[in-house]
Amino acid sequence: MGTRIGKEVSIGIAEAAMMADVDVVSAYPITPQTHVVEHLSELVADGHLDAEFVPVESEHTAMSTCCGSVAAGARTFTATSSQGLALMHEILFIASGMRLPIVMAVANRSLSAPISIWNDHGDVMAERDTGWLQVFVENGQDAYDHILWAFRVAEDHGVLLPIMVNFDGFIVSHVVESLEEWSPEEVRRFLPPYDPPYRLDVDNPWTFGPVGIPDIYLETRKAHDEALLGAKATMVKAWSELADVVGRQYYPVEQYKADDADIVFLSMGGISETCMTAVDELREAGKKVGLVRLRLWRPFPFDEVKAALGGRKVIIAIDRALSTGGPGGPVASEVKAALYGLETRPQVIEFIAGLGGRDVTVGDFKQMYEKGAAVAAGGPVPGYELLGVRA
Amino acid sequence: MAPLPGWKDLPPGCPIQEPLSARNNLTGSWRSARPIWDHDKCVRCGVCDLFCPEACIKPDHEGLYQANLDYCKGCGICAQECVTQCISMKQEEE
Ligand code: SF4
Ligand code: SF4
Repeated sequence: MGTRIGKEVSIGIAEAAMMADVDVVSAYPITPQTHVVEHLSELVADGHLDAEFVPVESEHTAMSTCCGSVAAGARTFTATSSQGLALMHEILFIASGMRLPIVMAVANRSLSAPISIWNDHGDVMAERDTGWLQVFVENGQDAYDHILWAFRVAEDHGVLLPIMVNFDGFIVSHVVESLEEWSPEEVRRFLPPYDPPYRLDVDNPWTFGPVGIPDIYLETRKAHDEALLGAKATMVKAWSELADVVGRQYYPVEQYKADDADIVFLSMGGISETCMTAVDELREAGKKVGLVRLRLWRPFPFDEVKAALGGRKVIIAIDRALSTGGPGGPVASEVKAALYGLETRPQVIEFIAGLGGRDVTVGDFKQMYEKGAAVAAGGPVPGYELLGVRA
Repeated sequence: MAPLPGWKDLPPGCPIQEPLSARNNLTGSWRSARPIWDHDKCVRCGVCDLFCPEACIKPDHEGLYQANLDYCKGCGICAQECVTQCISMKQEEE
């Protein structure tokens, strides 16, 4: 077992990348990801990490550099946030289409305009369909473990896909938490060296990223889709290997006090921890309420969502992003799609919460619960609501 | 031509190891018009060859310029650029 130490989560993420013995880090600093890449730069400069730190003039270049280095056979890490992630957009498709297993930590932050450096999931939801694997973590330990896990999954020859580890800006990235770090021996047991099936090599040349004419493009899309769907099995296997090594077990969809609950909250990311406190207090008050948390976002865990939510009376779905002019929140829409085929469908009420860093408190969850209880009692199902918005 | 691969046949990310494999893609199948030479007017300057995006124009054994119809996609650039206007484009269905 590694040591337990109080540490800022961003620093922990940087050190997890160091423990993974990354060969190349290319990144551009952006709030609230900055501490992750600043610390990696220090670790390289001070000789603690034998890696190339490639400073660049933009996130577009950062992601392009990562594509090149991982294609050359180097274990590669980057991190970004918000506008930086948006600037990478074009290259994200190239990384995933070329099946380049880059690990990227995303400190989730809202998008401009108006300028906002604060937390929500607007940045990553705009990248939902880039063909990357995507997971959400809830706290520092979760984040640390999932950096190592992400390399294990992405580089697996049955997967070979880039992966985003999403952690909430400020409310997770900047807090100091008690972290249990992995020992070098634990990392060795869990994470084999990166050994790609083919790489850019002057002595054994390959063409990467060729043209896909109409005769072949469709087949490449199908292969990419199947690769994402098929990656779930490797993810689950890697989570159980992680449990064998460090004793913490993760799942695609996780539950909290939800066994007998008619009404459940559904959430994703750091906000889940506040929701747990609300569930504790509501339980003490005799309410049969629980929480279902989505850890895995891409591939979307349809079976696990159906198993966790089927048979409930009311789902209180909480989104951290707004699909403007659309169905409300992206998480709620996908959850509804997953439940559509069930014979008896739970009612789903939707809240868009905490946009642009607006606080979401235990009291807010209790109010959402009251609205859920009204629907459970036979009341009308309201449309999506932007939680706390002033009239 | 070999049958086209199904999605399960593709290696992850579709890298290519075979050099010059683009030659396997016969762009002549795209053609709806073909270049016809009036060799009496041709001064054999080679300008058409330089402009051809498929690089498929070569002099034959008599030194007469010809397009390789396996690759000529019928774009008409050679006819546009020819210094003596000796290339005309003829519709395939004619
Ligand atoms: S028509 Fe286009 S492709 Fe064909 S020979 Fe002329 S320039 Fe080349
Ligand atoms: S450009 Fe015209 S004149 Fe010159 S080689 Fe080609 S066909 Fe002949």
